[in-house]
Amino acid sequence: MTQPAQITLSHVEKRFGNGTLALRDMNLSIREGEFVSFLGPSGCGKSTALRMIAGLLEPSGGTITVNGREAGDGGDVSFVFQDATLMPWATVFDNVMLPLKLRGLGRAEARAQVEEALGMVGLTKFASSYPRELSGGMKMRVSIARAMVTKPRLLLMDEPFAALDEMTRFKLNNDVLELWRKQGLTVVFVTHSVFESVYLSSRVVVMGSRPGRVVHDLPMPEGPRDEHYRTTARYAETCRIVTEALEGTMDHVDINH
Amino acid sequence: MSTSTTESMPVAITPTAPSADPALRRARQERRLRLLLPVCAISFALLMWEFLVWYNEVPHYLIPAPSLIARTLVENFGSLMGSAWFTVKLTLMSLALAISGGVALGMIFALSRPIEMSLFPFAVILQVTPIVAIAPLILIYVPDTFWALLICAWIVAFFPILSNTAIGLRSADHNLRDLFTLYRATPLQRLRYLLIPSALPYFMAALKIAGGLALIGAVVAEFVAGTAGQNTGLASRILESSFRNEIPLMFAALFLVSALGIVIFLVTSWLSTAVLGHWHESEIKRTR
Repeated sequence: MTQPAQITLSHVEKRFGNGTLALRDMNLSIREGEFVSFLGPSGCGKSTALRMIAGLLEPSGGTITVNGREAGDGGDVSFVFQDATLMPWATVFDNVMLPLKLRGLGRAEARAQVEEALGMVGLTKFASSYPRELSGGMKMRVSIARAMVTKPRLLLMDEPFAALDEMTRFKLNNDVLELWRKQGLTVVFVTHSVFESVYLSSRVVVMGSRPGRVVHDLPMPEGPRDEHYRTTARYAETCRIVTEALEGTMDHVDINH
Repeated sequence: MSTSTTESMPVAITPTAPSADPALRRARQERRLRLLLPVCAISFALLMWEFLVWYNEVPHYLIPAPSLIARTLVENFGSLMGSAWFTVKLTLMSLALAISGGVALGMIFALSRPIEMSLFPFAVILQVTPIVAIAPLILIYVPDTFWALLICAWIVAFFPILSNTAIGLRSADHNLRDLFTLYRATPLQRLRYLLIPSALPYFMAALKIAGGLALIGAVVAEFVAGTAGQNTGLASRILESSFRNEIPLMFAALFLVSALGIVIFLVTSWLSTAVLGHWHESEIKRTR
């Protein structure tokens, strides 16, 4: 509670070139070490907000500060995309090494860091495989290793597990939680799954669409997150509250279309 | 190790030889058939040709038998090889120019939309105008025949390289582009580590087409120039033999042109597999 804000959004607005208002007056402050989920129906601007925090999109109004600097200037930020976004022509090792290579590190200098990152996601044995040889879950873990290889303070994840099967998703949920705890990361996680957001986050930001906006900002109960937590009454109750909050953001058009 | 195991075990377990594996055997059979069948088919066609010519007593100035063509090929080997070398030189030089020019211009196109919009019509005009229609003009304006032929062959081979390089460089995954932006890649890093690898499959496809087109361009240009210049390329040999009614020599030269085309095709296909084989879908052999 006493930590300073690592990410601040104030009166952020995004209107795309075609006139669509993707996000209206978003105000949010995220402290270091938080695990924040953006939860909402499609078209609520959650991915847009995440991309603006990464500096990949310019806000059309308001300001975004990341690590004390304007978004996109701060560095020290990693991004995990919905699909693994690996280079098909490069091995797992080379894919994970990419951020270091772009910083000018040679293969020998980067080796230790790449191997550490691969170890974090349990893929040490697959360093010389090509992405096409891996399953969807393994590709996503390579993508996470690539994001972790620079030891970022901030990890941004854009619906990273949406395309995976449930077993793999649960496993990767736990992997991300462990990384978050061990590495002292700040994570901003975009999802449309209530259960995923409640399981992972220390805070869930519920967003509504047309135009995209923040509707609720719900703190999640503290306590250990493991397979057992998924079966507790508190988890079920929290999921119910969040689901109601989410349904409140949708008009009948969203539900009945 | 396997011998000691069989010795210690008197039970009649025959060690499975690798050939006994049905999948392996099928694969080997398929490989053998892939070579054997075309060879048989071509041999059969040649034999039929030889037989029909002999049986119907077709005069050699109408349709020569394959054996006569082979003999002509051997008898005129020296001069035909000289002609073939001329055509090879023409083809390879025009291909090299098409690659360097096409890649350079393709990169400029990919970097700048305005330049692309202004120059692309010229490329299209060059592409759609039949080379036989332009060649006489080029032969008039360019005093040296070899250079004139080179320009003709280059025009034909240039377009696929240009167009595919430009498309390939733009085809990089958008999320990967974002990733490179996020990690502040320099323009050079972006080109080297993202754009060029993304463009390679497109470029290799263009190379396969351009290799064949360069030969076609060279042959067509030689035909057009054939009557004017004193060229020694394979196409002008065909033309020359047709004037003298030396049909077997025409066939022999034609055979060499085809052989050249096949070699170009094999080399570009091999190159494509060598470059893309380990990652691109088009070159990966799936196990079934």
